[in-house]
Amino acid sequence: MKLKINGEEREVAGVENISDLLSAFKLEKKILVVEWNRTIVNKEEYANTRLSDGDQIEIVHFVGGG
Amino acid sequence: MTQTLKIGPHEFHSRLLLGTGKFASLDIQDRAVKASGAEILTFAIRRLPIDNPEAPNFLEKLELDKFTLLPNTAGAYTADEAVRIARLAKASGLCDMIKVEVIGDPKTLLPDPVGTLEATRRLVEEGFVVLPYTSDDPILAKRLQEAGAAAIMPGASPIGSGQGIVNPHNLRFIIEAAKVPVIVDAGIGGPADAALAMELGADGILLNTAVSGAKDPVLMAEAFKLAVEAGRKGFLAGRIPKKRYASASSPAEGMIE
Repeated sequence: MKLKINGEEREVAGVENISDLLSAFKLEKKILVVEWNRTIVNKEEYANTRLSDGDQIEIVHFVGGG
Repeated sequence: MTQTLKIGPHEFHSRLLLGTGKFASLDIQDRAVKASGAEILTFAIRRLPIDNPEAPNFLEKLELDKFTLLPNTAGAYTADEAVRIARLAKASGLCDMIKVEVIGDPKTLLPDPVGTLEATRRLVEEGFVVLPYTSDDPILAKRLQEAGAAAIMPGASPIGSGQGIVNPHNLRFIIEAAKVPVIVDAGIGGPADAALAMELGADGILLNTAVSGAKDPVLMAEAFKLAVEAGRKGFLAGRIPKKRYASASSPAEGMIE
């Protein structure tokens, strides 16, 4: 399915939910936050949040800053 | 006693808050953080590079139970953007404090007073412990406090400029009127700037470039730690007034002739 992840259009196969998506990119152990179609998804809901074609996802983390 | 710094429900011993941006290496960053004695570290929220997840990240190496994270809303030019970033930070479950940074102009990086006030109001309502980065305008500082800010963070001068305190008079007005801690944030250049801010009565200092951009960031972090302590003690000790004429230190009587 086509997903826009962090501003980039991607063709991602074999993922049904956010949990799958994070696994596909090997991000399961990272400290991160997911926003799915402008809604923040809590960790407990990753497996329950089904992805659809055209979904927009932001995956963010903490970086150095002042 | 120099007392602890209380921000919202939190209490700290160190009055030096450290930014974590623009360090040359993770090793220097780690040693500078230790040398600074800082307990509060600021961070920005940015997209994770999903194609390179193993890229080194300072937060992931940090002993989280030893520090309090203060994420910022850097990058926001509107209250909406700031609120969105703040919510993302909070969703990590790692922090309830947020540094509201709503910028009005990319060249000067001066805060947008309207956006800052609006973001502060909204985030206070959502239960955040809000620390707004603001200008040295005493009336705006008053409004931010009324809006529920847990601390006020007026700039000494533009972010990263190293100019030090350009308007000590306004800073003084803000400090005198404040009922919440005043943390001077932005533009600090050298330890003397931090000491001066503390001598004016500030409750804390937040700096980043002054340490990360120094030739020896680790030594500079230590210098700032000492400067903040010195300035705080100097403030509590009650300095002498400035006089126009001299007042001899040695006695006038008993002089040989």
